[in-house]
Amino acid sequence: MRYAFWPGCVSKGACPELYTSMVRVAPELGIELVELYDGNCTGAGVISEHSMETADALNARNFAMAQRLGLPLINICSTCQGVQSLAQQRLRKNAQLAARVNETLADEGLQYDAEAGLEVKNFLWVLVEDLGLEKLRGLVKKPLTGLKAGPFYGCYILRPESVLGYDEHPDRDHYLERVIEAVGCTLVTYEGQDKCCGFPIMTINKKNSLAMAANHLSEAQSEGADCLVTPCPLCHLNLDAQQPDAAKYATVEGLEVPILHLPQLIGLALGIDAKELRVDRHVISTRKVLSRL
Amino acid sequence: MQVRLKVKRFDPERPEEKERFQEYSVDMPEHATVLESLLEVRDYEDGTLALRCSCRSSICGSCAMRINGRARLACKTQVRSLTAEGADEVVVEPPGNMPVIKDLVVDMAPFWDQVRAVKPWLQPSGPPPEREYLVPNEAMTALTEVMNCIMCGACVSDCTVLEVDPTFLGPAALAKAWRFVGDPRDSDDLARLREYSEPSGMWDCTRCNMCVQVCPKDVKPMDLILKLRAKATHAGVTGNYGARHTEAFVELVEHSGRLDEFRLPILTHGKLNVLGQLSDLPVALRMIRSGKLPSPFHKRIGGIKHIKRIFRRFAKQPSGGSH
Repeated sequence: MRYAFWPGCVSKGACPELYTSMVRVAPELGIELVELYDGNCTGAGVISEHSMETADALNARNFAMAQRLGLPLINICSTCQGVQSLAQQRLRKNAQLAARVNETLADEGLQYDAEAGLEVKNFLWVLVEDLGLEKLRGLVKKPLTGLKAGPFYGCYILRPESVLGYDEHPDRDHYLERVIEAVGCTLVTYEGQDKCCGFPIMTINKKNSLAMAANHLSEAQSEGADCLVTPCPLCHLNLDAQQPDAAKYATVEGLEVPILHLPQLIGLALGIDAKELRVDRHVISTRKVLSRL
Repeated sequence: MQVRLKVKRFDPERPEEKERFQEYSVDMPEHATVLESLLEVRDYEDGTLALRCSCRSSICGSCAMRINGRARLACKTQVRSLTAEGADEVVVEPPGNMPVIKDLVVDMAPFWDQVRAVKPWLQPSGPPPEREYLVPNEAMTALTEVMNCIMCGACVSDCTVLEVDPTFLGPAALAKAWRFVGDPRDSDDLARLREYSEPSGMWDCTRCNMCVQVCPKDVKPMDLILKLRAKATHAGVTGNYGARHTEAFVELVEHSGRLDEFRLPILTHGKLNVLGQLSDLPVALRMIRSGKLPSPFHKRIGGIKHIKRIFRRFAKQPSGGSH
């Protein structure tokens, strides 16, 4: 399995442990990553609120790079997934826009064939659809049987369903639960698992942002979760790095919920040393997780 | 077809009972909707069940409620579509984010207050024309989505921001705001954009897409909030955290091709906003301790001149329609 790899800005910035763990885990799963080193930010849904066309052109540039390699695109960020899927849809529906974008990309020797399209898949989807849960189970060397883990999806990998391939794969909103169980964890579900973590308004309305994180974390903790697992580094930032501040809005005493990136969970189950997966690079200590293994 | 319903009950005359679920089972035709099943319960099984409905054809917007965890119109939701989602029973709750009056009936007053707050009426300038206002067709196409809104409150019910902050204007009212900002007959867009940019306004939306997902009329309220934001920043209404965040994000990606997470919060607060900068200090220190603070020496990607060209070519046009 070979993919053009778009790691996203955050795995190269505030969540370096995500990048490290993904690159460490991929070959163990038989996944070859061809990184798009000169790829650009997807706009994270922010550039599109300034100029939709700029965001679409930026995304087309990444798509064109993957197309040139003749490879499907893999990302490790729910936000990148949603933004990329939306941009693909707009470029497919609007041939005029695609033509103007290609005119600009041509200066760099790039072209995006919007009609042919490009498979763009988050690591979570690759695990379930390309690798397969059966194969994943077979690769597990150290089943995480003592660990109670809850999912946290991130909005953009879930909504809007109409652009995220739910027609073809209607269960994409349950993949995280299945992966958690496939690596041997006890699954913990809770109401907030598919809601917003609050990250996008962290600097705009901090109180609301923290209250949202606090609600989900409190629920997960009271349902007995030892940790949460997320395919979205932005959710990770709000749920992990902001958790000490969110604690004052929590509905439980002593809020402490470690947050694992999805590749870290997989890596632990594959028997990779925790240090190599950089689980020490979290604000909320992952000792609780490691002690259960 | 036997339909198993689990309905959330609340009787204001017996507040000590609090909310509870009551189960019913009714025999219905294959194509029955959730509303028809509830009416069967009310008419033949339990006359105390309170719910709102009127047109039964998804036009009036009266019967929005939470069905299997998601806001939907009861009249538009067939029971068998829920079975197809894997459910073996129909769990019905009142819409969220509004006070419950009885069972499935909520007090819509907060909803109407939000809508009223955006001044949902045309404010044309100058003397009225002798006959009707003439508007070219294409100027109205940007408004067709929002004109489909039936004010059912499904988006408000499931809004993740309203869940933590009832002062937020909410998706329905902000969609309605776009209805007038985008209307060529309305004269004072700038005043509207300034007002909607206040705290609890357009910038408090987290872009979680929940309203887009649950809207039964495909209004896509969040997309309209994004159009409001684009219009506001292009009109120079930028003296607030939300607009500064967007502008800083755009500037940083244009500069280096990837987001510079070290500078984004600094620019969002405003360079001279010392108190704002200090408020981020605790989280910055925590991130330093865990080796997570993004480097202040942000590298540009290869081919940055091509990124700059993309911005030059495309960035002047705001998202969505304009007039």
